[in-house]
Amino acid sequence: MEPPKIAETLKGEFADDVIAVKEFRAQTGVTLKKDNILQIARRLHDAPEFKFDLLKDLCGVDYKKIKNPRFEVVYNLYSITHRHSLRLNVQVSDKESIQSVVSVWKTADWHERECFDMYGIVFDGHPDLRRILMPEDWDGYPMRKDYPTAGPEDDPGAEWGGFREVLKKAEDFKKFGWYK
Amino acid sequence: MLIDGTLGLVDVEEGIKVIPGANTIITTLDKFINWGRKSSLWPVTFGLACCAIEMMAAGSSHYDLDRLGIIFRGSPRQADCMIVAGTVTKKMAPIVRKVYDQMPEPRYVVAMGSCACSGNVYRTYSVVQGCDLFLPVDVYIPGCPPRPEALFNGLIKLQEIIMKERMRWSPLK
Repeated sequence: MEPPKIAETLKGEFADDVIAVKEFRAQTGVTLKKDNILQIARRLHDAPEFKFDLLKDLCGVDYKKIKNPRFEVVYNLYSITHRHSLRLNVQVSDKESIQSVVSVWKTADWHERECFDMYGIVFDGHPDLRRILMPEDWDGYPMRKDYPTAGPEDDPGAEWGGFREVLKKAEDFKKFGWYK
Repeated sequence: MLIDGTLGLVDVEEGIKVIPGANTIITTLDKFINWGRKSSLWPVTFGLACCAIEMMAAGSSHYDLDRLGIIFRGSPRQADCMIVAGTVTKKMAPIVRKVYDQMPEPRYVVAMGSCACSGNVYRTYSVVQGCDLFLPVDVYIPGCPPRPEALFNGLIKLQEIIMKERMRWSPLK
């Protein structure tokens, strides 16, 4: 099935959830509300005519000052059987959480953890929602637009504790060196 | 064999004398120890990013670090030198430091590549702005990544540094 047609069918079945359907360079994207994402994912995965059996990627986007609601979770789907693909952009606001799709695509496990790690988007029903890239005791969500790119440079106290420990260790061990 | 006293000592290099016919070389302990150290610099097998690929290339047959006596060791406890090859992230910094702390003295650190020297373009929340923040670096090798020739040059510079050391074998100094 052609992706625009899939988007149309989706719009017919979940009329309340589909906000917009976009075409760009032969790619089809469907903007959705977050509430029924699990059912939509389940439908796209299971229905024999769609059969999106591969979640190519799941990532977050921060649209601070550009869009409201602020965040989007983007699902890039592909069907190995039918060789068609579709993108879902799901809007999530600052304080909301979104349903996890781990029960549909097992791949989503680490992707959702990364999304949580970088943007602080909480996925309900995720089996193990911990940070995946940053240290576990890291403060803040680095990919958010309001996070300083270089980190809290001007405030040494806000430096990550693990790194401060290393600096202290380096200073303390200097006296044991043979030189310097 | 009798030594012919009339010949005297022969200078072969600054600070190195040979007794002719006696198969004997006279030099300072400093020179001798430093020569030994510089001739078998064993770095830890340890890389962090793309610079490590270049370091491996330098170690392989085409460039061949072995001919300088540089052989990668699998354990920091058997190593003299650490080549910090790649971007050091803050999350990785404690591990890098731990590897360094396990090395026996005398030990040397080579910062390979712009990332290890200064953080390169990654002035970000997660990257250490130069591994000299928590390690005593002896040689900085710029480049992104440095070619194997540059790594060689850096290691030869390190050997020169080692040759200039005085009394690094004595607690008295």
